[in-house]
Amino acid sequence: MTTDVATTAVPPRPATPSREPVRSARREGWRRRAPLLPALVFAILVTQIPFLVTLWYSLNSWNLVRPGSERFVGLSNYADVFADRVFRQAAFNTIVITAGCVIVAMLLGVGLALLLDRRFVGRSVVRTLIITPFLIMPVAGALVWKTTMLDPLFGIVNFVLSPFGAGDYDWTSSAPLVSVIAALVWQWTPFMALLVLAGLQSQGRDVLEAGQIDGAGAVRMFRSITLPHLRRYIELGVLLGAIYVVNTFDQIYIMTQGGPGTASANLPFYIYQRAFLGFDVGQAAAMGVVVVIGTIVVATLALRLLFRSFAQEDR
Amino acid sequence: MTTAAVAVTGPRRRSAALLTVLTWIIGIVFFFPVLWMVITAFKHEADAYTDPPSLIFTPTLEQFRALFDAGAWPYFLNSLFATTMSTLLVLLLAVPAAYALAIRPVKKTQDVLFFFISTKMLPVVAVIVPIYVIAGRIGALDNIWTLVVLYTAMNLPIAVWMMRSFLQEIPAEVLEAAAMDGASLRQTLLRVMLPMVAPGLAATALICVIFSWNEFFFSVNLTASQAATVPLFLVGFMTSEGLYWAQLAAAATLASLPVVLAGWVAQKQLVRGLSMGAIK
Repeated sequence: MTTDVATTAVPPRPATPSREPVRSARREGWRRRAPLLPALVFAILVTQIPFLVTLWYSLNSWNLVRPGSERFVGLSNYADVFADRVFRQAAFNTIVITAGCVIVAMLLGVGLALLLDRRFVGRSVVRTLIITPFLIMPVAGALVWKTTMLDPLFGIVNFVLSPFGAGDYDWTSSAPLVSVIAALVWQWTPFMALLVLAGLQSQGRDVLEAGQIDGAGAVRMFRSITLPHLRRYIELGVLLGAIYVVNTFDQIYIMTQGGPGTASANLPFYIYQRAFLGFDVGQAAAMGVVVVIGTIVVATLALRLLFRSFAQEDR
Repeated sequence: MTTAAVAVTGPRRRSAALLTVLTWIIGIVFFFPVLWMVITAFKHEADAYTDPPSLIFTPTLEQFRALFDAGAWPYFLNSLFATTMSTLLVLLLAVPAAYALAIRPVKKTQDVLFFFISTKMLPVVAVIVPIYVIAGRIGALDNIWTLVVLYTAMNLPIAVWMMRSFLQEIPAEVLEAAAMDGASLRQTLLRVMLPMVAPGLAATALICVIFSWNEFFFSVNLTASQAATVPLFLVGFMTSEGLYWAQLAAAATLASLPVVLAGWVAQKQLVRGLSMGAIK
């Protein structure tokens, strides 16, 4: 909607054949663009240039602890990456963690939002309690989960589950992915709940009242009025949540170190290991490039959705 | 939400009360790990790991005192510096850009917005290796300004999108009226627009503060002793993990406090910020 404004703002004067209007139009164009440039240049310098360098590194064999080991090897890093069993496992774990966290957090978030979207005593207090996990520093949250919550001997979780015969179950080593996802769900449910709650509160009262007058039951009302209205908010939550959760590093670093073995390593953590513990620049870079390509595919779809959301908002 | 309009009958009131209790229970369950963290922070180490977990103990401030003896200050100062500077830089870059995209749109606005948000989707692991190598070559490893630059880049796209959505809300008539009254660009910006977008600026700053204060990945890879931030201070407890829970809980509480307080105060802006301006 914005592009037509830009083109019509500079009135074309067909009667004057001189170059003056062209030049002033160009000057006007630059005046409009100028405030945008610092941010653009900064973003390009800090994000795009390093990525181009990553592309170059991915074509080289280079180990940081062996100075002078750098040499051009073409695509062989990529061949190694795809042959790497751990890489495939890390990719799979990334999908499990992201999908598991986003789906569970969204389901809980919708439930919580429905509960919060009523008038009751202490509503704002409960809302404050619920958003807190999202504000806690992820490293701090992960440490709390690993120690006081999930510790086999002194953890609260096993204490609560002891009537059900949980015993001394060692969560972070016996069920590392479940543990990581639990901590992530705890962190991201408030985010989902807040977004969905905003959606619920933007519902037109008149539609709901009309539904009630027509004698629609609560379930029917939810399915045919509320849910379609919420769709946009749920999509937005899933998308933004996924962007962040795909890059999860803190919880894995703190709670499992990717282990036992590589059972709970996701791609960010595995690449970190290869780059900063294995010092294998070429391989780490190649993995980074593969991750970016995967992300681009998903992101293109996601962005289209996001723009649709914003376009509706602009109207 | 519409129950108020309907005559409240006995069973309906009872089910409403049940729902309220349920909501409270869930709220408390969600908050419990935080609560337990804070409680543990006031324990002596001996009370911190008992089976069953103990609620009766003599509270102490010993752990908090010990934190500062353990050298917590530099970490907090580094985090404060990186957070403040990067947030200021983000606003300085994002506000003019958002202005260009919202008020006096340039051609290809959509492309520019697309570009900004795509940098947010670029996984950080894809750029960390060259950033590490380049920073090492120019002597910028373990330098707080490296984090400032990276946090700025990390938050810039969100800030551009948010500020654009706030600026778009200014009615065109207001700007036209200002122009008609002969207001200069400077006057329009400072007297007309700034007051209108002040809440938007605050919301944007809040989001930037949350993400940069809590950031860990860049910090753990690019800093060591000089520029290390608060999350690294917490990680320091992992080596002796299992032995000093109360100490750890105190550190975690203190580390989370600034962002938790800011988020509590600005709950309304939080939603809009987290959706990058899409949800009002």
